[in-house]
Amino acid sequence: MAKIFKQRNMISLLIVVAVLFPLITNNTYYVHVMTLSFIWMIGVYGLNLLAGYTGYLSLAHAGFFAIGAYSIGILTVKAGMNFWGAFILSLLITCVIGLVVGLIAFRTKEHFFAIYTLCLGYILYLIIDKWDSLTEGVRGLIGIPAPASIGPIKFETEISHYYLVLFFLLLVVLIMYRIIHSLTGRTYIAIRNSEDLAKTIGISTMKNKLTVFVLSTFFAGLSGALYASFVRFIGPDIGAISITFDLLTYLLVGGIGTLSGPLVGTTLIVWLSQQLQGFQEYRMLIFGPVLTLLVIFYPRGIVGAVSSWYTKLISKKDHQRILRPTKVRSGASIEAEKEVKEG
Amino acid sequence: MEILIQQLFNGLTIGSVYALVALGLTLVYGILHIPNFAHGALYMMGGYITLTMMTKFGLHYWIAIFVSIILVGLIGVLMERFVFHPLREAPPIHDKIAAIGILLFLEAFAQFYWGAEYQSMPTPYGQVVQIMGLTFTMQRILIVVAALVVMLLLYLFLKKTFMGATIIAMSQNREGANLVGVNTNKVAMLTFMISGGLAAIASSLSSPINLVFPGMGQLVILKAFVIIILGGMGSIPGAIVGGYILGFSESLGATYISNDYKDIIAFILLVIILTVKPTGLFSKGGQH
Repeated sequence: MAKIFKQRNMISLLIVVAVLFPLITNNTYYVHVMTLSFIWMIGVYGLNLLAGYTGYLSLAHAGFFAIGAYSIGILTVKAGMNFWGAFILSLLITCVIGLVVGLIAFRTKEHFFAIYTLCLGYILYLIIDKWDSLTEGVRGLIGIPAPASIGPIKFETEISHYYLVLFFLLLVVLIMYRIIHSLTGRTYIAIRNSEDLAKTIGISTMKNKLTVFVLSTFFAGLSGALYASFVRFIGPDIGAISITFDLLTYLLVGGIGTLSGPLVGTTLIVWLSQQLQGFQEYRMLIFGPVLTLLVIFYPRGIVGAVSSWYTKLISKKDHQRILRPTKVRSGASIEAEKEVKEG
Repeated sequence: MEILIQQLFNGLTIGSVYALVALGLTLVYGILHIPNFAHGALYMMGGYITLTMMTKFGLHYWIAIFVSIILVGLIGVLMERFVFHPLREAPPIHDKIAAIGILLFLEAFAQFYWGAEYQSMPTPYGQVVQIMGLTFTMQRILIVVAALVVMLLLYLFLKKTFMGATIIAMSQNREGANLVGVNTNKVAMLTFMISGGLAAIASSLSSPINLVFPGMGQLVILKAFVIIILGGMGSIPGAIVGGYILGFSESLGATYISNDYKDIIAFILLVIILTVKPTGLFSKGGQH
């Protein structure tokens, strides 16, 4: 029974559901909402890598999201570049800015880092809002083109756009999976758990933190660029601090520092928010306390709660099998492996 | 010349407000080592409570401020009890996220209960005074004087009373204070009470010259963070001096550089400071 729910099967099932989703619903609005939540997920993964796995809370994430979105917007609308060129260039721009910011930001630690990035996010927002000649200020950028077709594949309809975003999401999840389950990922977790200890055992923390930061801004920029080409209109509000808080809520509800957390949290909250349309302005009346309570009682969100419950269940079973030593051994090794994966 | 003096006076007024907010923030940081992101929300609640007391219950300005101090102080105590106390052993990232949760809740609550529109607060001190050819509004003079009085009272409380001494003791060494019999739980609650009260005073004083709206705390709290980094996290004189420095540089920057970008001055200042010295200007060695 348990074998059916093995990780690999679950993942394939999820991918199949995601691929078939537009065909099942036949409702373009649902496809639209799902595409948007995929775009947010990519951004949330960036935040997860930095805050969840490396332990540095960056509050400038919306700023990098906006840089990605505005870069592609300005390059296509104002400079008239072709879409995919602008797409790649906007990712590069985000990464370069991320690198420069990271070089300075990582001189600070813990609280200082959070405050520094908070202020930085505000600076980015103010620049976008006030630099009229470049960003059109509060009027926003209008008429960003949809992705250009690659060979015979066109991205004009909602559904084709959905698949494009899904492709990038799967790519991001794959990259995340490879990072987390490699030595690099373990290095990041070591930095999160104790930076001094990590240094003692010979990890170059600065280099690693900088890599994480640039990767994280890359994800944010990717998500921003996809957002701009999907919604086709961007205003300075997408760089506002409230977007960072939204992303943080998605991450916390799903599970910070877990691989599937961003998927769960974002899907859940985006759909809940869609159901409570008229309630949009007051949604933080619920999500604010949820955020606080989660951090106190379930610091690893839904995914963390479920997986610790599952581990408990397995260890209980093993306890009952204590009479058969061979079984216990295999059970214990599975558990040990699980612990390692959870970090 | 007249413009300069006028602007210096404006800087003094803004600086007083900033200093009061930063004082509350720095006190909490000194005791619990938490950057309280929800402090701006306390500031906002202070403004709204004073306004409601004046318009709905017809209380006098000073009595309304007093009620506001008590209520916001209590919100602060509740925050400490129900959120920061359970999280005292958690990794530092959790405190920050919890504080952000409170901030989001309080802002949404204000928007839900009082509405999103900008409201102005009436004041009994709307008169204009002429001193040596310069015009000042009474409210601004009141802000400067009241802030000085509050700071003096706080200083006397911290230095001359036993309760104040326990706060200082705890900020110097939590375990040590605990060992010599200081009830650290009580001190933490007291600190949050004072911190909330200071935020309420600051917003009640400045609301008549600014406006009251759900997002009014956002910029102020960001600047207060800049100030306590400028003055050293947890340092009380640093918060006061930093507050005035920021107030002056903002009002002068608005006149002589650009009014559009005056809010950015504080953040540029912060970025420069942290670039040069990552642990803040006057931080003591070995403290994070």
